[in-house]
Amino acid sequence: MRALRMNRLRTGLTMLGMIIGVAAVVLMLSIGQGAQTKINQSIETMGSNLFIVLPGATSSGGLSFGSGSVKTLTVSDAGAIAELPSINATGPVISGTAQLNFGAKNWSTSITGTTPDYFMVGNWTIEDGTIFSESDVRSAARVAVLGSVTAENLFDTVNPVGKTIRITNRPFQIVGVLAAKGQSLSGRDQDDNVFIPITTSERQITGNQFPGSIRYMLVQAKSPEMMDEAEIEITQLLRQRHRISDGMENDFTVRNLTAIADVATDTAKILSIVLGAIASISLLVGGIGIMNIMLVSVTERTREIGIRMAIGANRRAILIQFLLEAIMICFMGGMIGVILGIGGAWIISQVVDMLVVITLSMVLLSFLFASAVGIFFGFYPARKAASLKPVDALRYE
Amino acid sequence: MPVNQTSPPASALIRIAQLHKSYRLVDANGKTIENPVLQNINLNIAQGEFVAIMGHSGSGKSTLMNILGCLDTPTNGGYWLEDQNVAMLSNDALAKLRNRYIGFVFQGFNLLKRMTALDNVAAPLLYAGENRANSRKKALEQLRRTGLEKFAMHHPNQLSGGQQQRVAISRALINQPPLILADEPTGNLDSQTSKEIMTLFEQLNRERSITIVLVTHENDIAAYARRLIQIKDGSIVYDGGHALESTHNPVV
Ligand SMILES: Nc1ncnc2c1ncn2[C@@H]1O[C@H](COP(=O)(O)OP(=O)(O)O)[C@@H](O)[C@H]1O
Ligand SMILES: [Mg+2]
Repeated sequence: MRALRMNRLRTGLTMLGMIIGVAAVVLMLSIGQGAQTKINQSIETMGSNLFIVLPGATSSGGLSFGSGSVKTLTVSDAGAIAELPSINATGPVISGTAQLNFGAKNWSTSITGTTPDYFMVGNWTIEDGTIFSESDVRSAARVAVLGSVTAENLFDTVNPVGKTIRITNRPFQIVGVLAAKGQSLSGRDQDDNVFIPITTSERQITGNQFPGSIRYMLVQAKSPEMMDEAEIEITQLLRQRHRISDGMENDFTVRNLTAIADVATDTAKILSIVLGAIASISLLVGGIGIMNIMLVSVTERTREIGIRMAIGANRRAILIQFLLEAIMICFMGGMIGVILGIGGAWIISQVVDMLVVITLSMVLLSFLFASAVGIFFGFYPARKAASLKPVDALRYE
Repeated sequence: MPVNQTSPPASALIRIAQLHKSYRLVDANGKTIENPVLQNINLNIAQGEFVAIMGHSGSGKSTLMNILGCLDTPTNGGYWLEDQNVAMLSNDALAKLRNRYIGFVFQGFNLLKRMTALDNVAAPLLYAGENRANSRKKALEQLRRTGLEKFAMHHPNQLSGGQQQRVAISRALINQPPLILADEPTGNLDSQTSKEIMTLFEQLNRERSITIVLVTHENDIAAYARRLIQIKDGSIVYDGGHALESTHNPVV
């Protein structure tokens, strides 16, 4: 310990390697964990065994919603798909943006015209009131269900249920407010939304160039095992309904959202691992720095080692002395590193608005790792010191 | 003339028989050659003796002292310290032996620079398993006896040569060893300080019958000892009472 204090600058620089390493590990792990947590949250709220069916042929892009001018998918397609043996339900959607007013307040948001099944398929839960009914859809009633963000912006603390708002200047009665769901996998805020019957939307709000056509539909299979079967059935049915002859391309796209979610989960995991690995490298470099300094220190203090041996230190005592020095450096470096890492993660979460998650096990892990690095890289110099012959150590100039 | 070539008395503190030491060197052609440094050393030193070893530089005095101090091992021959065959001891046992039985005093003092005088003196106690508080208490007591109490918290570089050497002697004495090995202990000191150090050794030998083996170049230092051993080219050429004219009477 005394030796550490005597060589403050050198010890400080060595410790810096450790500090940066541990801080990087904590930071990277917390970012990786944050990404994973966020994706898991999106997936948990997404609903299970889901397909999204889009009009238009498969494009090269990822989850792009087909362009509005494509008219190949209709409400009756959705109804027919819902009747398939492998399918539980479907939720057809037409969407757009709309201006909402309540009293003096107004709020511009996305509007989704759909059916009651959509809420079930999309795994929505109702916070207050109810969702609109099938008969609301049949009668194109002016009723609306608000997403939580929209409700908050328009109503503050007032309970919206039963109130009347104006959507593009037409009065709508609020029947329910949805529970918050957070961001979708594609990063969209799902809670800033207003939901109305699809018929109402088509006739009164968003309008429709091609009556009956929809923007997309959510399709839920009956079970995870039926996903493959469902995809085949949907494809066959739609080809038949759209009279696509053999050898012609589909005029629609079926995407397995559950598979996409799995890919996202895997990607987040890999991201975590890669970030952790990169950070570990800096720890490793820190460890090599420690070994380097310890080796210098052993050489520099060869005479001291000789003296200690002459006055009765055995090899274990010398080994422990040097090992303790290495561990001390790592321990203190690790402690400062953990604090800096947590601080850095917090700053990132504030500045970049990114979810970071710090767990105790993460902190312990990086701490443990740092100590292991200290023992591992401190051991060789310590053993070198301990294995010196007393006479050689004493004679060393 | 007393020569210790016959079988030594079993009570001797140090018994050395037919000891050889050579260093392996690599010559200019890359061949390894044996460089004999000590040859056929036979030596007994009894408890309570005060022995001076003299000889030219390079004659092997320090090599012999290192072997006596269990810091180095002989190439051949036997060494018994308090009837223990040193060759049979493990590294740990040797460390313990050095700790309990031998006090070292070196020409260059060899204090631990980063430690205070007090901690230097206490260090052998710590290695003997004593706790820190007790070690310091005993070390302070020892420094008091050597007249260094007020320098207890000084670091070696804050002390004069004579003071450093007295700290080193205090350290050598702290575990009350039966043997003190001093390799040119006054080599770096002026004559007045040398005298004080030698007086201290003499007193330790006389009052506490601590065995002292001391290497020196100077006749007046050697004069404090009661027995003189002369080494030449790695062999003992004189071993007997301290009489200067005997220097030129080699044993056969
Ligand atoms: N580690 C070593 N390797 C090789 N030769 C050595 C070593 N130590 C001492 N010697 C040689 O042994 C001889 C005796 O050395 P030493 O015992 O130190 O002499 P002294 O103390 O009498 O001056 C010298 O010739 C020296 O060069
Ligand atoms: Mg010498």
